[in-house]
Formats: sequence, structure tokens, C-alpha cells
Amino acid sequence: MRARVHVFLKPGVLDVQGKAVENALHGLGWSGVSDVRVGKTLEFDLAGIDPAAAEPEIRRMCETLLANTVIEGYRIELS
Amino acid sequence: MKAAVVVFPGSNCDRDCKVAVERSTGASVDMVWHAETALPAGLDLIVLPGGFSYGDYLRCGAMAALSPVMAEVTRAAGRGVAVVGICNGFQVLCEAGLLPGALLRNAALKYVCKPVELDIVRPDTRFTRAFGARRSAVMTVGNGEGAFFADADTLSRIEGEDQVVFRYADNPNGSLNDIAGLINAGGNVLGLMPHPDRSFEPELGSADGALLFRSLLETA
Repeated sequence: MRARVHVFLKPGVLDVQGKAVENALHGLGWSGVSDVRVGKTLEFDLAGIDPAAAEPEIRRMCETLLANTVIEGYRIELS
Repeated sequence: MKAAVVVFPGSNCDRDCKVAVERSTGASVDMVWHAETALPAGLDLIVLPGGFSYGDYLRCGAMAALSPVMAEVTRAAGRGVAVVGICNGFQVLCEAGLLPGALLRNAALKYVCKPVELDIVRPDTRFTRAFGARRSAVMTVGNGEGAFFADADTLSRIEGEDQVVFRYADNPNGSLNDIAGLINAGGNVLGLMPHPDRSFEPELGSADGALLFRSLLETA
């Protein structure tokens, strides 16, 4: 099983990197771009676990290490 | 007084902290590697130094907060031992849940390295007593991710319980409420972005950092 975890700053938390990228895109002429958020994606294989149990387990990984829930939210994809 | 400085892979102010605490207080200072599962006996102070623990991978302080020694630091903090986290050490304390909030990338996206003026909001803590009647201090900051953030509820709780110890007179990084340093509810865990370890002798531009370490002699 392959897991993908997307981690982004929560709405309302100023994403200065996103802001800088947005300004750069505007400078290049893409004036319709707004609300750019820069996040990260973690991908990993997960073995020895029932697919139904995988998501709660990955959620625990997120709460423990992969995301800082004070400032970040996360989204899990399994394939 | 007996102190220890925790050394994470990537810490780069650990030696500065040792020298600063020794010269400011006369304390003997042990260096403790992050993989240790025990701390030296009889500590009065634990310092989490600045630097780039674990290369700042994933998030500043995230890996360090889960290193074996941090379980012992958390236990010691629970017993009332004084813990100060400086810069990356402050980030580690937040990641470990010993202090509320988190540190975000600086608002101007720049690494900020300069002496800053601090308002001493709480001159009555065990970390600030030696400042006496003074209500301002100068220490050097050096950070790229030093903007303190907490959600509105947490921030009002921090303010309501008078946990802010230092505020920037002129906010260099976008910290909410100009917060430069804060203390836990128990009053024994302090995190701050400015470096007392880079400001403990007049030759460094300011000796005010020495007063922070010297404050701890009273409770040692």
C-alpha cells in the first residue's frame, strides 16, 4: 500500500512562502492567481496493515510527527 | 548551580550556551547528547540551544522534540527543574508541547540577525529576577523561522495568564503580539528567540543575557 500525506498550513495561518510565490506569478503575468499555499507531500509504502486500519494509523503518524496541528492541516491518500 | 546543555545533531550554539552559563553563573555545565536516556543528577537548569537540530528537516525542532533525551527533559520540567529553550530550543519546546504555539517563517521571509531591544514584561520570573528594576534588555536574534504563532484562543490564554516574558520593542519577524519569549504556566520553562548566549558580555554588544542566567542562581 502506498500512502500520500499532504501537509499544508491551516487557513488563517499566514503562508509567507505562498505569498512570495504568488507575487512572482503575478510578476510573470499570471494575474488571475490568488491564495497560493505552499505545502509538502510525504509518500511512503506501508506494509503489514489492513487497508481499513491504515488511515487511522497514518492519522496517528500525522498527529505525532508529520504535521504540527497547531499550524498545519493534513490530507491522506491511499493507493 | 548545576546545569546541562542538550546537544542535538545540528545544534550550533551548544558550546556558546555552556560558556555563557559558566561565565555568567559559575555553574558547572554538562553537555548531554540527544540520544541519552538519563540526565545528570541534581540539575538546576537544562538549556536547549540554538542551531538547526536535525537540519530543520520536516519542521524546525520536530525531530528533536521526539529524541530520547526529551522524554527526560519533559520529566524534569514536570518536577520543576528550570528549562530554557533558546531559538531552535524554543522551537523544540513548542514542538514537544512544553510551551504553547509554534514558530513560523519570518514575515519578511528573511533571516534576521541583529541586536534587538526587548521589553521585560515579567520581571518577576525565576529567569528575569536579576534584571531588578530594569524593564528593557538588549539581546541578539538570529532566526529565519521566529514568528510566534498561536490560534486566537491560545493567544488570549497566554496573555490572560501573563505568560509573555519578553516582547520585541520593534518586531523583527512578525511574531504575534510582539512575543519574543514566553513561560509555561508552572513558571519553570522559558522559550525565547533572542540569544542570551550571544549577549552575555559587553564585548558581544550586550551583557544582558548574563542576567537571565544569573537570575537562576536564586532558585538553584
